[in-house]
Order: sequence, then structure tokens, then C-alpha cells
Amino acid sequence: MDTVKKRFGLEPAIFNTINYFLLLCILVVTLYPFLNTIAVSFNEGLDTTRGGIYLLPREFTWQNYESVFKSGHLPHAFWISIARTVAGTVLSVFFTSMLAYVLSRPEYMFKKSVTIIVVLTMYFSAGLIPSYFLIKDLHMLNTFWVYIIPAMISAFNMIVVRTYIHTLPESLVESAKIDGAGEFRTFMSIILPLCMPVLATVSLFVAVGQWNSWFDTFIFAPKQSLSTLQYELMKLLNNTMSAGSGAPGASAGVNQGGQNSSAGMVTPLSIRAAITIVAALPIILVYPFMQRYFVTGLQLGGVKG
Amino acid sequence: MRETVLKGETAVGTERKAATFRKRLWSQRELILMSFPLVALVILFAYVPIWGWLMAFQQYRPGAKLFDQEWVGFDQFRFLFADEVFLQVLRNTLAMSVINMVLGFVTAIVLALMLNEVKQKFTKRFIQTISYLPHFLSWIIVTGIVATSLSIEDGIVNDVLMRLGLISEPILWLGTPKYFWGIVGASHVWKEVGWNTIIYLAAITSIDPSLYEAADMDGANRYRKIYHITLPGIRPIIIILLIMNLGHILEAGFEVQYLLGNGQVIDYSQTIDIFVLKYGLRVGNYSLATAAGMFKTVISIVLLFAANNIAKRLGEERLV
Repeated sequence: MDTVKKRFGLEPAIFNTINYFLLLCILVVTLYPFLNTIAVSFNEGLDTTRGGIYLLPREFTWQNYESVFKSGHLPHAFWISIARTVAGTVLSVFFTSMLAYVLSRPEYMFKKSVTIIVVLTMYFSAGLIPSYFLIKDLHMLNTFWVYIIPAMISAFNMIVVRTYIHTLPESLVESAKIDGAGEFRTFMSIILPLCMPVLATVSLFVAVGQWNSWFDTFIFAPKQSLSTLQYELMKLLNNTMSAGSGAPGASAGVNQGGQNSSAGMVTPLSIRAAITIVAALPIILVYPFMQRYFVTGLQLGGVKG
Repeated sequence: MRETVLKGETAVGTERKAATFRKRLWSQRELILMSFPLVALVILFAYVPIWGWLMAFQQYRPGAKLFDQEWVGFDQFRFLFADEVFLQVLRNTLAMSVINMVLGFVTAIVLALMLNEVKQKFTKRFIQTISYLPHFLSWIIVTGIVATSLSIEDGIVNDVLMRLGLISEPILWLGTPKYFWGIVGASHVWKEVGWNTIIYLAAITSIDPSLYEAADMDGANRYRKIYHITLPGIRPIIIILLIMNLGHILEAGFEVQYLLGNGQVIDYSQTIDIFVLKYGLRVGNYSLATAAGMFKTVISIVLLFAANNIAKRLGEERLV
């Protein structure tokens, strides 16, 4: 402190110290819960209930993770999560960009009306009950497609992609047409490859949304065979959070296959920690690489379509 | 576009116009084929369900035909606004969304200003990277973390407060009604504060650097520069975001309240969305739930247009 004072003068030194201290606090508050959850997920279940686990596990074990991946329905839920993320992202991004391409064509005769129809959907929704009845009438309740089809065309992403297409030189499309390419081929072989940067951004938004989604499972597909990792985590959270006490010992009927297999015990709390990490891990792993794209996307979306 | 095609054809008969139209239709068949199925999908999932709003004016019985339903006019809405639970739900929704909005704005602006004062590029980038992370986690994970941290047995919040001597015994945070709104607000801040700074930091970088240089020459210190240059520089974006948020005043959310709520705090945790879910899909009173949902949507749209008008009057044209 003293040397800093001398070098920079009193006021900026104090300011910087306080600023860095507060930022450090924010970092700690942001990171600590993760580190603590990781520690709990690697700690022996019964031992965790004694408390006092902070940053490191006290009795290290793989057991919590083992029981996550060995128990009857969790691995299946994991695969459903992956399937909906992959299928949902590919289909949504492809068809949303196709619509964006069509709406970027200046000569398209329905450009204005179609744009209005699509963009308006950003500002209203019919609500839960009417949507539920629609899904029911379409016989889509408890089907995998309810995860993919209703939200396939995203107005926001459409605007983002279209804004990007507008920045490409028009001569590209013209020369493709002169070479005899139709609209679909122009889209597939000229526009789509050039849009890769923006498609990366949009894909990441869609994929994170799909991976994190649980409400549609909860409402439209409560069938066990369609359950996702997030939904399993949600059920577990509900069970362990009995009456808000967060009582770790309350093992309200959580059914874990592969439990009690060896000396240690698996408790709902430690399972919850393990699933939390499994559910967060894909995002945390790819996060450093995709951060750049997220920010670009936000800026592109800010440009009015 | 249309002008160029119809140029010099003002006097032509409708027949030739129709022929031109068909010709255009045919020449654009590929664009039409590529877009119409997708538009149909949008209409099906976004517009067709609006038909269901008719339920709000009926005493809906599943299975009966449209004309066999009992029509009750605005009775559902009347019932809703006489219902103590719904009024409570409305209060909770408004309270939580105002708290979230105020907390969200203040913390994001303060954090953006703090980050802007960090001059080492690497440090700044590192802090930003960490602070964006929670935005990408689901509310399930975040509420799980919140519940663990606030746990009465060995939650870190009680632990720290006890060690600091601020409280003498652990507090039952999630079981005490008066804390609920604050906990929801704090959870939002924890999840979104870093992410929300992006837009302010972008606005700050677009401020003309010569303003700061001039202020330096005039001998302005750091606080004066923040107060007289940085804050006025980001004022337009703050105003736009505030106005845009007005349209979402009834969108206090569903997930956090549903996931953190419990029997003890139910009078303070239920929002309109939870009310709709409960009355609609649990109790099976579809008409009442639809009326509540419809009320929310209509108010939101009215507020959105009002906000859009205000924005236009202020000379901003970035909305709708």
C-alpha cells in the first residue's frame, strides 16, 4: 500500500485498491458456488451431510458420478439432452437461415408481409393454455418433436442472419444466377458457406437454449423416456429442497439404482451436485472458445433488421 | 419494387395485371417454396393458438364443441379481479419485476463503470469472461446453487454472516416470506450482471476519446470524468433499455419463482405464469387460466406500443 501511495498519489491508489478489491469479491462470489459444488460432487455423500465442505472434497470418491451414470434413467436423459440439442440446433439454424435468405432477396414479392408475420412473433405469445391445447390437438404431447418443431423458426435469429446476409456483396448472388443456379442452390452453395461466422453465433445461442431447456419437458413431454438431464436435475432439486430448509438429509423418495453398492452412501445432495456439474460441464468446457461469438451475436442482433 | 414492374402499365386491364402477377409468382416459385412452409409453421405455432383466447370468454369444458360451450362474456375477468389470490399474484409479479429491473440496471451500470476503470487489458478480459459465465447456465443449475448457498444447515451465506458476527443464528432464508423478493432479485443479479454489462461497455467504447483528453487538460479527476463524460455518454442506451423493459413489466418470470418457491413463502412467490400453470394444467380451470394469460399478453402489448411511442418521441427508432 505504502509504495503504491508514493508512486501514484493517494487518490488513484485508493480508488484502484477499492475497485480491484470489489472486482475480486465479484469473482469470488461468481466462482465459489461452482467450486463448492465440484467439491461436494466428489465428496462421499454421508460425509457431506456433516458439513464443512468448502473448496476441496474431504473424502474423495467417484461414487456420485458413478451412480449418476449407472442409475436407470439418468444416462438415457443425458442422451435425450444431447439429441435435442443436436437435432434442434441443426434444424432450427438451417431453416431459420433459409428464411433469412429468402427475406434478404429484394425482388421477393411477399418480403414485407412475411417479415411482419415472423417479426411480430417476438412480441406476443398466445400463452400457455392455448399452446398446450394446440400441441395436444396436433398429437405432439409426449413426442420428441415437441422439443424441436414449435420453436424451430426464431424471429430474432432470422434478423441476425439476414442482417449478416445484407453485408455480403449482391454480385455473388447475381453471378450464381447467371451461372444457372436456382435460389435453393445459391443459398446452399454460396450464401450458407459465407455465413459461417454468424451461423456459429446463432448455433451457440440455439444450442445453449436447447441444452438448458426444461419447461417444455415439464409441460409437454413429462414421459420418463423423453426426460432430459435438466428435468431430472429439476426433479431432484424439488425433492431435496423440502419446505425451503434445503435439508440435505431429506431423501424424499429419490430412486437411485446402483446405490449402496459399496461402503459409502450416495445422498440426494451429492447426486444433485454431480448432476449439476454434468449439466453445466458442456457449457463450461466450450465456453472459453465460444465467448467471442456470443458477443458478436449480441451486437449483430442490436443492429435493427 | 412493385412500381418498377408496373411502370407504364397504369392503363392496362386487370387481366394483364393478373397475368403479370402470375408470371412473377411463377418466376419466384423457388423463393415461395422455400419460405411458405416455414411461414405456415410460424403461423401454426404462434398465431393459431390465439384462437384459444375464446376460452377466456367461456366456461370451457374439454371435449365439447365450440358452439356447445357455455359463453360467459367477461365473467372470468371479473372473477379474476375479485379473486384475492390473483391480486396477490399481480402484486408479486409487479414487485419482483420492478425489483429485478432496478437492481439489474444499477448493478450492471456500476460493474461496467468499474470494469472500465481497469486499465490492464488482460485483467479486464479475465474478469469479464468469468462474469459472463452464469448467464449460460440454466435456471435449474442457478437455483440449485442459490438453494445450496442459502441452506440453513451449512449454506455459505449463513456461514459467512455468522463468522462475521452479523447474525447470531442461521437464517431460514428460503422459508421466510419477507426475504423472497430480494432473493429472486439477487439471483437475477448473480446470473445476469456480467452479461448485462456488455451493452454498456460497448457504449462506453464508442464515446469520443478526445472528450477525456480535454477533461484531462482541464484537470478533471476520475470521478468528474465518470460523472460528466461516461455517464452522459451511455445515457441514451440506458433510456432505450429502460423503455424496452417497460413492456416486460408483467414478465417477472416463472422459473426462479417456481424453483425457489415453497409452501412457506407461497403468498410472495407466485407470479402470473405460475397462477396460469396451476389453475390451467393442475386444477383444470382452463378458462380462468386463459383469461389470466390473455390479460398478461394484452397488457404487455399495450405497454410495448406505448414504450415504442415514447422512444420515437425521444428520437430513438431502435424498437419494433
